[in-house]
Amino acid sequence: MGYQTVKFYQTGTYTVGNRLLAPDERSVQAGELRSNSINSGHRACQGCGEALGARYAIDAAMAESNNQLIAVNATGCLEVFSTPYPESSWQVPWIHSLFGNAPAVATGVAAAMKVKGKTEVRVVAQGGDGGTTDIGFGCLSGMFERNDDVLYICYDNEAYMNTGVQRSSATPPTARTATTMPVGKEPGNVFGQGKNVPEIAMAHNIPYVATATVADLRDLEYKVRKAMKMHGARYIQIFVPCPLGWGAASHDTIKLARLAKETGMFPVFEAEHGEVTGVLKIRNKQPIEEYLKPQKRFAHLFGKHAHPEMVAHLQAIADRNIRKYGLLDEEKAHG
Amino acid sequence: MLKQIEGSKAVAEAVALCRPEVICAYPISPQTHIVEGLGEMVKSGELTPCEFINVESEFAAMSVAIGSSAAGARSYTATASQGLLFMVEAVYNAAGLGLPIVMTVANRAIGAPINIWNDHSDSLSQRDSGWMQLFAETNQEAVDLHIQAFKLAEELSMPIMVCMDGFILTHAFERVDIPTQEQVDGYLPPFDPRQSLDPKEPISIGAMVGPEAFMEVKYLAHAKQMQALELIPQLAAEFKQQFGRDSGGLVRTYRADDAETMIVAMGSVLGTVKDTVDELREQGHKIGVLGIISYRPFPLKEVRAALVNCKRFVVLEKSLAVGMGGIVATDVRMAVSGTGLKGFTAIAGLGGRNITKASLHKLFLEAEQEKLEPVTFVDLDWDVVNKQLERERQNRHSGPIAENILFDKGMSTSAKFG
Repeated sequence: MGYQTVKFYQTGTYTVGNRLLAPDERSVQAGELRSNSINSGHRACQGCGEALGARYAIDAAMAESNNQLIAVNATGCLEVFSTPYPESSWQVPWIHSLFGNAPAVATGVAAAMKVKGKTEVRVVAQGGDGGTTDIGFGCLSGMFERNDDVLYICYDNEAYMNTGVQRSSATPPTARTATTMPVGKEPGNVFGQGKNVPEIAMAHNIPYVATATVADLRDLEYKVRKAMKMHGARYIQIFVPCPLGWGAASHDTIKLARLAKETGMFPVFEAEHGEVTGVLKIRNKQPIEEYLKPQKRFAHLFGKHAHPEMVAHLQAIADRNIRKYGLLDEEKAHG
Repeated sequence: MLKQIEGSKAVAEAVALCRPEVICAYPISPQTHIVEGLGEMVKSGELTPCEFINVESEFAAMSVAIGSSAAGARSYTATASQGLLFMVEAVYNAAGLGLPIVMTVANRAIGAPINIWNDHSDSLSQRDSGWMQLFAETNQEAVDLHIQAFKLAEELSMPIMVCMDGFILTHAFERVDIPTQEQVDGYLPPFDPRQSLDPKEPISIGAMVGPEAFMEVKYLAHAKQMQALELIPQLAAEFKQQFGRDSGGLVRTYRADDAETMIVAMGSVLGTVKDTVDELREQGHKIGVLGIISYRPFPLKEVRAALVNCKRFVVLEKSLAVGMGGIVATDVRMAVSGTGLKGFTAIAGLGGRNITKASLHKLFLEAEQEKLEPVTFVDLDWDVVNKQLERERQNRHSGPIAENILFDKGMSTSAKFG
C-alpha cells in the first residue's frame, strides 16, 4: 500500500503533516507544482467531500501524466458546481456529455488519442455513485471488459445528491434519502439491496481497482498515481461524505470518511487483475454508532424510537467487511 | 471503379475512403453489414489508422463517438430503428455539443410490434434532434452522400445522418461506382475541428447553460442548418466537378416542368414513383416528381419553388405522425402555405409493406381527380382493421392487437381472443 508507518501524527486524527516528511515523500497537493486542476471559486457546498476528492485525484493524475490529461465528467454535482455558465473551474481539458455515458465518452477520447499517436495523453473519467453504479453502469462495464485505457473515478457519497438526495444502488441500508424516508416498520433504505461496484469491477479482471477515502488523502494520491502508471481500464471508488445529503456538519467530512474506514463500513483496499493486493488496516476500530450518530440520515436509528436491531445489522455488515478484507491486524482482531 | 456490390458494403467502402479515425460498432439489422465491412477493413490493416470499437450498446456507440469527435478524431457509426432510439439522449447531445459525427441510418420501422423492415420512422423521430438528415435514393447516392456528409458536417461542426432504406438499399446488390482514394482525398480535407480536447489548450466542453444563454445556443444550431441550405448545393456542385456525377443537393425534380400533379417522396421509393410517373406520362397525364434529399435542414424555398406551378401534390411518405397524419407532409404544406395548393398525404410502406407500381398508379390517378382523403393509408387492409375495431367494441379483454391481426390474416392459429 501507499501507506507508510509514521511515528509522528496528530493525536486522535492519525494524520501526519507534510512538514514531517522528506520533500520527495510529500503529497502532490502540498507541492508548489500542483496543477490546481479544479480551481477555487466553484460552487460546491461547504465541506463537500467530492470537491476535495476530485481536487486531489485529478491533481495526482496530472502529476503522474506530466500534465497530459483529459477529463470526462458524468452529469452530477461535480459537473454542476464546477461549470456554471460562463465559468469553469477546470484547468484541464474537460468534457461533460451525459449522466450515463462518461465511461463511453472516455473510451472515445482515449481512442482518439491512440489513433492520433498521442500516447502521452491520458484519460480520466469521473462521476458520482448514481452516474457510476446505476445509470452509467452499462457503459462502465463495457469500458471495463474492453479494457479501454481509462481511469474511472467514482466519487461515492451514497445517493443522488444533485437531484436532492435520492437513493442509489450505493446507498447503505437504513439511510434516509428522499426516496427511502425514515417511516414505517423498516425506516430508511432497506437491507439486502445495493451493489458493490469495486468487486464487480474486479470481476472484469481489469488491471487495477481501488477504494479510497478523503480521510486518507495520501493513500488516495498514491492510488491515483499508481493507477496512472498502468494502462487499460482502472477503477477507483473514493468515499466522499456529503454534508448536505447526510445531514452532517461541514467540518465533519474528514471525520466521517475516517470513521467509515475505521468502523469497517467502507473497506479501503486495492486489487490488481481481480485479486486483492492490499488493504488499508483499521488503526483504531470504532463501533458503528460512532459513524452513524453524527449523521441525520441515520437519526431514526437512535433516540425515542430507536432501532437497535438495525444498528446491530449494520455492525454485522461492518464486521463482515473486516473479516472478508482482513481489515484488522491479527492482534487487534483477537485482542 | 464500377462494382456489383451490396449497398452496405458499398457504403462501408465509401466511409473507409473518408478516412474515419474512430468507428463504433453495435449490431442491429439492417445496418450491421456496414460496420462488419468496416471492421474487416480495420482488422486487415486496409483502413489505418482507425480505431474500431465493439461497444455494448447504441447508447455507448454514440457516446464513444462524442468522446472521439470532441478529441478531434473523425468519427463514424451506423444504426437503425431501435438502435437509434436507444441512443437518442446521446444523439441530441452530439448535436448540442456541435460534434460533426457522421452516422448511417439504415431506415427501419420502430416497434412494437417488433419489425425489422424498412420505413422512415426511425430517423424522422430524430427530426428535431439538431442532426442534419440526407436521404439516399439509390446505393450510388448513398455512397456519394457519405462523402459529402463528412465535408458538410465538419464544415459546420454539426452531425449528420445519412439515411438509406433498410434492406431495399442496404441489402441490394447493384452496380455502384466506388470512387478512388485520390478522388475522395481531393474532395474531403483532413478533419480540422472547431473545438478539440487538448492538454496544450485546455477547454471545457459541455458546461451547464442556464436561461441566460440556452436560447442562443439553440438558435445557433438552427442558424447552422440554415447555412447548410446554402452549403449542401455547393458541396453537390463541387462533388460533380470532382466525381462527375449529380448526387446530393437539397431536392431533385423529375418530369416536373408542366406537371399539374406532383408526387413528393424521399428515399428509394422514388424509383418506383418515377417508373409509375413514366407510365402515366405515356398515357398523357401531367404528373411529376419532387424528391427530397435534405430532410433536415428542410428546404422550404426549394420545395415551394418545385410545387408552386402545379395544381395539387401528394406527399408519399413511409412515416406516420400517430394522431396527426403525415410527418414530411406537414413540412411540405408549410413550404407551400399561402399558395392555395391542394395537398394530400399518403402513408405507405410502413414496416416494409411493399409499395407497388399498381398501388401508386391508382393513388396518383385518384390524386389527379382530387378524390383522395386528406390522409390516405396506401394498401391498408380495412377488413382486418375493422374486425379488430369490432372485437374491441365487443370484448373488454380483446387481447394483444398485433397477435389478433396475425390470426385474422391467417398467419397464426392461436385464436385466444375471438
